[in-house]
Amino acid sequence: MAIILDHVSHIYEEGTSMETAALKDVSLVIPDGQFIGLIGHTGSGKSTLVQHLNALMKPTSGNIYYNGEDIHEDGFDKKKLRSKVGLVFQYPEHQLFEIDVFKDVCFGPKNMGLEEKEAELRAYAALKQVGLADEYFYQSPFDLSGGQKRRVAIAGVLAMKPEVLILDEPTAGLDPRGRDEILDQIALLRQEAGITVVLVSHSMEDVAKYVDRIIVMNQGSVMYDDEPRKIFRHYKELEEVGLAAPQVTYIMQELRGCGLDVNTDAITVEEARDGILEALAAKGRGIRKA
Amino acid sequence: MLRDITLGQYYQADSVIHRLDPRVKLAATVLFIVSLFIVDNFIGYIIAAVFLACMVKISDVPFRYMVKGMKSIVFLLVIAVIFNLFLTPGEAVLSFWKLTITKEGIRIAVMMAIRLVFLIIGSSLMTLTTTPNNLTDGMEKMMSPLKIFHVPVHEVAMMMSIALRFIPILLEETDKIMKAQIARGADFESGNLIKKAKAMVPLLVPLFISAFRRANDLAMAMEARCYRGGEHRTKMKPLVYHRRDRIGYVVIFAYLAACVYFGRILNLSFLNI
Repeated sequence: MAIILDHVSHIYEEGTSMETAALKDVSLVIPDGQFIGLIGHTGSGKSTLVQHLNALMKPTSGNIYYNGEDIHEDGFDKKKLRSKVGLVFQYPEHQLFEIDVFKDVCFGPKNMGLEEKEAELRAYAALKQVGLADEYFYQSPFDLSGGQKRRVAIAGVLAMKPEVLILDEPTAGLDPRGRDEILDQIALLRQEAGITVVLVSHSMEDVAKYVDRIIVMNQGSVMYDDEPRKIFRHYKELEEVGLAAPQVTYIMQELRGCGLDVNTDAITVEEARDGILEALAAKGRGIRKA
Repeated sequence: MLRDITLGQYYQADSVIHRLDPRVKLAATVLFIVSLFIVDNFIGYIIAAVFLACMVKISDVPFRYMVKGMKSIVFLLVIAVIFNLFLTPGEAVLSFWKLTITKEGIRIAVMMAIRLVFLIIGSSLMTLTTTPNNLTDGMEKMMSPLKIFHVPVHEVAMMMSIALRFIPILLEETDKIMKAQIARGADFESGNLIKKAKAMVPLLVPLFISAFRRANDLAMAMEARCYRGGEHRTKMKPLVYHRRDRIGYVVIFAYLAACVYFGRILNLSFLNI
């Protein structure tokens, strides 16, 4: 039960002067229940990659398997795949169209062929999951604030009860509070529903705290694929491709450079604080002994 | 899925044709089309074919790009040929049931087909080798004498370039929204006409909203930069004729003269074509 990408390449405008390889020989396994951060600079191929996962795009070469089945095999039910692998696009609020929020969220489940009642139950549950207050349910989606619209759009995908949820830059353009709220809710959702989550972002800072695994894309290829802590050890290489490790990584590296023996693997501010205090205490003892 | 549309498409390359002044290319295209209708015998069409083939070769644009644009007129072409073939009165060559194919009919049908095909290739050669911005610049400059008659030349050119500029943006937007709705299980392909029309709502509503939002943003941005129309406006890159442009004019007029002479004036009736 996983998504497997086997030597997937995608070339845009093949055979013209505009030919560009968006994906180059990408092989990945996305097992069930993992929380993955897909990081890359603009144009690194991350958006192209996620569109392959639910068969919106077809690879120029290579195969993609969902639960052991080739998704581009004749007779494979792509519509069903798309309800299982939910994809929330960048700026998903631009896809809202219904006259009220509730109807818009019902769109996905209804397309799956569910009954009215079931679709509404799912829409209600999904709107609750993204933390939208009841008072907005029957308002026009266009009257909501940016952050609220985004929640509605995410709920529109959640209502299909996907097994894999892919979010393409879900926090782009949101203020820090809106960003934290959405990411916290996604993390909570993943814990409760036990679904696989792929979070696409260009900010290490955003994903460091939440994910089990980070895949770094650069120019269409996978550059690193590892646990966050191990990835951040390559902070210098990351900088070269226009990315950055979390701020605390830099502080810890600097401190170590100054001679304080801290653990440079800290990824959150809290961990860094504990690490520094520990190191200071150790140093203090050392001085006293000497 | 919408990438196949070639309307106003520009093919990036670095050829002499690409570097020509847009005014030369506009004039050449108009003159080429005129030449196709002046020419009255097949010698003239051979000249046109050779000229066009040379231009396509020089332009570095793959020939299949030209053929792509042809797909849209196949239907028109077939109708024109069939009507001319059967409905031209004259000396009968072949007749069955109520239909008669005449010698004159064949002649006109073939000429019509050649004219249409050459016309499309010629004009797509212009759009493929000229960026939309360059094209509108050229038009603005060429139409500027009309200002005397109070024709808002600059405004028209500006509207054209904005419209052209927005085609790829809106196509991309359509593609994006379509994908987003397909990801939510929308189906744009199956079903009868009414069902298909209904399926367009989730695509059209967001598309219209985004088009208006973009138009609004653009207007705001133009006003913030004090845009106020064509009066006293200068260009960063004014169009200037170079040597190659003068050669271009010479070539196109030489071609036109050849067409007029061989295709019209010279009496080739003894060849019986």
